[in-house]
Amino acid sequence: MKLNLKVWRQKDRFSEGKMVDYSLDNVNTHMSFLEMLDTLNDQLIRNNEEPIEFDHDCREGICGQCGVVINGIAHGPLKNTTTCQLHMREFKDNETILIEPFRALGFPIKKDLKVDRSAFDRIISSGGFVSVNTGQAPEANSIPVSHDIAEAAFDSAACIGCGACVATCKNGSAALFTAAKITQMALLPQGKEERSHRVLNMIAQMDKEEFGHCSNTEACEVECPQGISVLNIARMNYEYNRASFLRSKKR
Amino acid sequence: MKLDPKIPNGPLEEKWSNYKKTAKLVNPANRKKLDIIVVGTGLAGASLAASMGEMGYNVKSFCFQDTPRRAHSVAAQGGVNAAKNYKNDGDSIYRMFVDTLKGGDFRAREANVYRLAECSVNLIDQAVAQGVPFGREYGGYLNNRSFGGVQVSRTFYARGQTGQQLLLGTYQALMRQVSKGTVSLYSSHEMLDLVVIDGKARGIIARNLETGEIERHDAHAVVLATGGFGKIYYLSTLAMGCNGSAIWRAHKKGAYFASPSWTQIHPTSLPQSGDYQSKLTLMSESLRNDGRIWVPKNLEETRLANDIPEEERDYYLERRYPAFGNLAPRDISSRAAKERIDAGYGVGALKNAVYLDFSKAIKEQGQAKIAEKYGNLFNMYEKITGINAYKEPMMISPAAHFSMGGLWVDYELMTTIPGLFALGEANFADHGANRLGANSLLQASVDGYFIAPYTIANYLADQIKVGKIGVNHPEFDKSERDVKEKLNELLKIKGTKTVDYFHKKLGKLLYDYCGLARNKRGLEYAIDEIRKLKAEFYRDVNVTGDAGTMNSELEKAGRVADYFEIGSLMCYDALTREESCGAHFREEYQTEDGEAKRNDADFQFISAWEWPGGADKVPVLNKEDLTFEFVQPTIRSYK
Amino acid sequence: MNTLAHKIIMALTGLFLCFFLLIHFLGNTQLFLPPEHAQQSFNAYSSFLTGNFLVKLVSYVLYLSILLHAIYALIISKKNNNTGGHYKDDQRARSSKWYSRNMGVLGTIILIFIVLHFQNFWYVYKFGKISLDPWGHKDLYTVVVTAFQQGWLVIIYVLAMIALAYHLIHGISSGVRTLGLFNPKFVRWINVFGIWYSIIICTGFALMPIFIYFTHK
Repeated sequence: MKLNLKVWRQKDRFSEGKMVDYSLDNVNTHMSFLEMLDTLNDQLIRNNEEPIEFDHDCREGICGQCGVVINGIAHGPLKNTTTCQLHMREFKDNETILIEPFRALGFPIKKDLKVDRSAFDRIISSGGFVSVNTGQAPEANSIPVSHDIAEAAFDSAACIGCGACVATCKNGSAALFTAAKITQMALLPQGKEERSHRVLNMIAQMDKEEFGHCSNTEACEVECPQGISVLNIARMNYEYNRASFLRSKKR
Repeated sequence: MKLDPKIPNGPLEEKWSNYKKTAKLVNPANRKKLDIIVVGTGLAGASLAASMGEMGYNVKSFCFQDTPRRAHSVAAQGGVNAAKNYKNDGDSIYRMFVDTLKGGDFRAREANVYRLAECSVNLIDQAVAQGVPFGREYGGYLNNRSFGGVQVSRTFYARGQTGQQLLLGTYQALMRQVSKGTVSLYSSHEMLDLVVIDGKARGIIARNLETGEIERHDAHAVVLATGGFGKIYYLSTLAMGCNGSAIWRAHKKGAYFASPSWTQIHPTSLPQSGDYQSKLTLMSESLRNDGRIWVPKNLEETRLANDIPEEERDYYLERRYPAFGNLAPRDISSRAAKERIDAGYGVGALKNAVYLDFSKAIKEQGQAKIAEKYGNLFNMYEKITGINAYKEPMMISPAAHFSMGGLWVDYELMTTIPGLFALGEANFADHGANRLGANSLLQASVDGYFIAPYTIANYLADQIKVGKIGVNHPEFDKSERDVKEKLNELLKIKGTKTVDYFHKKLGKLLYDYCGLARNKRGLEYAIDEIRKLKAEFYRDVNVTGDAGTMNSELEKAGRVADYFEIGSLMCYDALTREESCGAHFREEYQTEDGEAKRNDADFQFISAWEWPGGADKVPVLNKEDLTFEFVQPTIRSYK
Repeated sequence: MNTLAHKIIMALTGLFLCFFLLIHFLGNTQLFLPPEHAQQSFNAYSSFLTGNFLVKLVSYVLYLSILLHAIYALIISKKNNNTGGHYKDDQRARSSKWYSRNMGVLGTIILIFIVLHFQNFWYVYKFGKISLDPWGHKDLYTVVVTAFQQGWLVIIYVLAMIALAYHLIHGISSGVRTLGLFNPKFVRWINVFGIWYSIIICTGFALMPIFIYFTHK
């Protein structure tokens, strides 16, 4: 098949970017979207042009590194799918495809389609962990966790940190990402001890990173590759309200 | 050079505790004066960086990904082994030790393997305490599944995303240290050279992949936890960025490289569909618990899988290995698949796959139960192929997966360069010639959480008097100059072919001649071809852009340049090992029914290769003899 | 103050206003009575509301709620407009309901309506010239009936109620979520309740001007 591509090109963080047109022949329908971009880059290099920088690594939907906005939708037309798992059979011959980076104030563009998502690391760093040192943990089965709680915690923990929730949110809010970690930890007995500090600190950090408010449009859940539920956000709100209410002094 | 693995004395069960009892310690007040560089943030790297940070050392953690959470440990699906014996099915540390040693075809050190099994128990405790949501039974206790190559259920899992969950636990521990200031994080940095001063590893040269800047970093010890180099085959189950450059550049500075040719070819990956393909997606081996592998009995089969009656299907694993059946170890399953595919019984458009069939399991357990166990894998399969595997069998084929080989390390995980340690898949230590399923997550974690923190402290104990290393030593100047020259050399060629073109050609050569089956003629041919290909690369590759900015092509070019040399060494390694063992199958050395023929009399050693000082010279072979005091090598049979 | 605190103010004021609507609605159902009954009871009810100290207190809370709800809506929208991404081709609409994305627009319509509504009745009642009914109460009923003889006003009121209904459907579930209800079963109940609550109240309100327009010709 043949494709007309409009791709965002931006030299670096400080430059203005623009959409550039490319046309690509001989696209195979079994190709993944990223393999299509590989093919385009191959063509660019042969013409001595600079190839398009895009994020990718594992190409099996788990590392969370890939992610572009395809025809106005984060990770493209398929729901609950990463860009690397999207295949060209979802597109028509001669179709025009717009490819843009994830956009949000909290995700500055580094180059072309690559964005800086280090804000997520800083959010986790502010409290998304259980404070346990290495080496002397108690026997695993001494902390029973019911099957359902473990499964629910897994559902929240499954987040791959790709940032599609932020890109797809009209407010550029990182509520789903932050909430998923808070919920996982609040569900498990191991995480309960620090739940109050955790939620207050993580939300403070989330705000510092220039993410917007959650206005509960629930678009994030629809586009999330792991289908993380918006009820995580409800749980985060609960944890926050509980912690704020119980808080005796500022830390 | 005589290779001393430094195995502690005493009975097998007491070696590790004896070591810990006598290992030297560093005074807490002195720890913050000691710098440690950890390259890689997978399970091994991140767990070590977190542990050392916790103890108070000054840690610098590097990864080429944009965040540590994306290291390729994240992609491991099936599970992690531990000898907890929760299932009461006769498991024990000793049994796990024997299984692993046997699985590795008796080409690993007894003491290392025993320690791996011993520490497995603590790892589960550690992960649970971190909030890793392992699968549970309804009573609230941890659940297990069984995995290839063993007859007990000792695999802990978090659905089909165990690696992700373990890595996130470790990543969170790392980020906790980052917030405390004990670990400084250098994401999007690639190590390009090791700096050795007076024979000791003292720092690295790294490139900031976002700005192109070349940076110098000094430390009292350098740890490489950079994973495997299976991406050398181009088509593999590894991430696009996985590479062998860090360990290769350390090798060129004097670290021995052990058993480079021992690459595990995973039996259950998705088949290749065309030459544009960039990777082969792995389907967890755990699928083999409930899936049955078969090919049609007729050579000219044209019917759809579901239309082929039971009696015209060849369940070749069950036929050849009745005791283990579909759970036969990976090397054996892969080879059996290749045997059928080469004989013309392959299925799929390119006839390069075999069926993995769940109809029996679905009939017996119900679709809901199968969906709970493997739901995400079935979804993934459908996304990639467009086929619903609840309705018709999956198609799978073998793909390059895990490097058993890596930098040679002693019992302390230290390489032949003092102060340089290698952890996880980057070292060669525990898996012998074939790794058992679910032992990879285990080895990486155990190295980082429980072993290296002791052994590195033991090394650092007398480094405190050295003082700050600093980055102004002439060796830093030299390394930085070399790195810059190398980058410029690649950029200057401006030929006509892309980096991927060379990578694909190299991968194909290696897969054909140094893959599932090797022979003398093929290996010699491959060595020659690789040399030619490399020459062509340096003549005709086109690396666009420049070194002073973000430039993925330049990153790839540097890695592929190293792959030529690694590939060549792999062939030398396979060529000189005139026996078949584990994943290394030399066609000249097989039994009449096509099973591997090991030669303990002549090859019961580890090949540790020494850089000869130039790419055009023949690598130098050093041998570490393996002695088996506690378990006598037997013929590895899964029949 | 952080983003969640902003949201809590929105939720608390919003949910309070929802509750007020119910009271307002129940009181106003008297308009559906036959005219002679309606006039007496509606006017008596109105004068009761102005005389009662407690009701007065609540009314100040009400004004404050409207004000805070509007101010914080502005603060939040301004920030969100800045933090959210803007695409050349934006098809993100497929993954959420249009009214959840346009609460600000709906809210503005409602705010304009409230000003109009206050001017129509509240202002007239408090500061305007208004005659007394036979029972000695200010005759708000006649004011209402007269106002709704104007077709265009009826249309404006009906349109405003449609906007209000959508605003409430999202607002109720969103507000309850901000307060932290996360149990899936209860969330489902609240969502269903919210939809019915919004539809019943807004339809009821919309029917009032229509009823008066058609019954008082």
